[in-house]
Amino acid sequence: MATPKLTIGLAGNPNCGKTTLFNALTGSHQHVGNWPGVTVEKKMGHALAGEAELDVVDLPGTYSLTAYSEEEKAARNFLIEDRPAAVIDVLNADCLERNLYLAVQIMELGVPLVLALNMMDEVRKSGKDIDTALLTRLTGCPAVETVARQGKGRREILAAAYSLALMRAGEWTPLRISYGPDLDPVLDEMEAIVEAAGIMAGKVPPRWVGLKYLEGDPSVTRRGREASPEAAARLETLTAKVAQHLKKTLNTSPDAIIADYRYGYIAGIVKQVVRYPAINQERIRLSDRMDQVLTHQFAGPVVMALVIYLLYTLTFAVGELPMSWVQNAFSWLGDSLKENMGEGLLRSLLVDGAIAGVGGVLGFVPLIMIMFFLLSALEDTGYVARMAYMLDRVFRIFGLHGTSVLPFIVSGGIAGGCAVPGVMATRALRSPKEKLATLLTAPFMTCGAKVPVFLMLAAAFFPGHEAAVMSAVTLSAWAAALLVAKLLRSTVVRGESTPFVMELPPYRMPTLRGLCIHTWERSWEYMRKAGTIILAISVLIWAAMTFPALPDDANKVFDDRAMAVNAQLESQAETGEDPPAELEDALARIEAERSEAALRTSFAGRAGVAMESLTAPAGFNWRVNIALLGGFAAKEVIVSTLGTAYSLGEIEAEDAAPLSEMLSKDESFSKAAALALIAFVILYAPCSVTIVAMAKEAGWRWALFSMTFNTALAYVAAVALFQVSRLLA
Amino acid sequence: MDSCMTLRRAQVNKKLRICSVGAPGELGRRIRDMGLIPGAEVTVVGKAPLKDPVALRLRDFTLTLRNSEADHIVVEAAE
Repeated sequence: MATPKLTIGLAGNPNCGKTTLFNALTGSHQHVGNWPGVTVEKKMGHALAGEAELDVVDLPGTYSLTAYSEEEKAARNFLIEDRPAAVIDVLNADCLERNLYLAVQIMELGVPLVLALNMMDEVRKSGKDIDTALLTRLTGCPAVETVARQGKGRREILAAAYSLALMRAGEWTPLRISYGPDLDPVLDEMEAIVEAAGIMAGKVPPRWVGLKYLEGDPSVTRRGREASPEAAARLETLTAKVAQHLKKTLNTSPDAIIADYRYGYIAGIVKQVVRYPAINQERIRLSDRMDQVLTHQFAGPVVMALVIYLLYTLTFAVGELPMSWVQNAFSWLGDSLKENMGEGLLRSLLVDGAIAGVGGVLGFVPLIMIMFFLLSALEDTGYVARMAYMLDRVFRIFGLHGTSVLPFIVSGGIAGGCAVPGVMATRALRSPKEKLATLLTAPFMTCGAKVPVFLMLAAAFFPGHEAAVMSAVTLSAWAAALLVAKLLRSTVVRGESTPFVMELPPYRMPTLRGLCIHTWERSWEYMRKAGTIILAISVLIWAAMTFPALPDDANKVFDDRAMAVNAQLESQAETGEDPPAELEDALARIEAERSEAALRTSFAGRAGVAMESLTAPAGFNWRVNIALLGGFAAKEVIVSTLGTAYSLGEIEAEDAAPLSEMLSKDESFSKAAALALIAFVILYAPCSVTIVAMAKEAGWRWALFSMTFNTALAYVAAVALFQVSRLLA
Repeated sequence: MDSCMTLRRAQVNKKLRICSVGAPGELGRRIRDMGLIPGAEVTVVGKAPLKDPVALRLRDFTLTLRNSEADHIVVEAAE
């Protein structure tokens, strides 16, 4: 006799410990998805209340239930459309008044509601006293004290939600607050109209629809028009009339009055329920004392620079070793396949295509895990909010948000990062336009895979000045990112900056469990991508560089030459002397030339040659073109492809000295072209992994936009730089 | 009401009471969602290194506001 599983929603403000409670309730039984229509993460899990199994859905953290932000829309649509059996509103009890603002709005909808008075340990420490039984009586909602980070109250809150859900059996009992002499009569009238017209009937209480009309809620207004244009017109007239009246008499608006009365209602409850300590009122809290140093005019920025530097060095210092293990494991896998399989296309596909491609991506997993662990720790302590606070003034100039600094740094704002975790880190930005601009410009930063390209070019054309070149590249990347952000924010992502109204939560110790869950989620998401899309892209790139194969007659020329050298080698061997080194070298050179010829014949090579007329104004020859094409897949490929194209055989990105030498001697590749190439590599399309990450965060439209826009921008910059520096030279 | 001024001009660590919030649309909504409504007591507890944004202490928590946003909030000294 399987009873249908009940769904329990978990609502609450940001920073109220909701995610911690969700983790405590569901343990490892959770999975992540997306809310329909928005790019907000949706977390679901299972929990047991006694014998009964419950589906628990974690709603996005919001302060309110209007429809301004994606988070609010997602939370509200879940309540209205999915009709959970009960909702647990997680309240930061240390800040009860503001947290009840959301609770009251849920109560006005009428969803069966249980209040979790979370962070009761902090409440007691601050000397406050909360009468939980009285809160239950005044609100009509069962209230349970919890300390989510210690798992306290976990069972009690689930049991309360479960029994409330059973008792109410799907029935909603909306709360009715008085909104004063100006709005109450209008609301009554609206309620009658909505009920008669059946606007959102059976989903939400009619009075709630009226309230949303008065608040000027665009999505409810639209649904009203769809349901009954005539009733909607009447509702809109009523709203306009009362708005005009309020403007004239009180110089205010309906939504301001609504907020006032809601808070008034809450103040009435809080006054009875919360007892503040008599003497401790003025006591400066530890968190505020810390802020006096950590956000100090001079000490603040210094500490912040130090924190960023540490975050970075720690990530790469700790990440280096496991990263080399993973990379070694993959090259071992490749090597052993090479030994145990006959030469042929399948071997090449597996070794050079699949293993090299996926291995290159998975090699970053340890780095990403450490990076996200530290980032989540920084976020959970509350320090990220302070960083945003200190840097907002600077980033706002470019249409960004204080929080944009983290994605930039992670992407390679200090040379050597990676744009993939950088793009994923934009999730911390709660303002959609600023998030989009950050996400689109973060890939300009000097990621670890681009560094070898710059070092190689610096060694070739600016020997002895590598450090200066790298610094200039890093600064140019910042300049490019900020200026392009400004450009985007005044064109395609135009619009008012999102209000900065942001909580500075008290400093808290993060929980290890929370950090681990968070780190694992992000890393798993990255690994899953490596296994699917990246595998496909790697194989595609491999095919483009392999087919069509060198024609037989061309191959035969190389075979003949190799045979001649081999014959010489054999005759040398007969004499008993060691074969001269030149002969071995000659053999290697022939194979390298064969690879070059094969690459040139392939689709990628033909494309490279065909594009020469297009890229000549930037000073790029066909070899550079192929390398840049490979860079669409992964920037690591640029140096190695360039090596093959210059007949150098296999080139290690870390040791590109032969390539540097070759380039500096190549007359078709000048210093001006090197400058242009540096600019191009900074700016052009992000690598395929980043593109996929961008699509996940902002949708494919923006990911493809970034690919084309960045490449066009890079081309223009490269041509301009090449032409100007040629004129000056 | 001659003691009224916008929040931008308020001194640090002075107790203030909000007289009115004049922000329109989304900004007004967000400000009010946080409990910044007429009658609420607030204190400017700090300013960012570049003097903008400001940190604002309400009874139970701290929040930040840009100066351009603080312009919409009119306050008076609370005794």
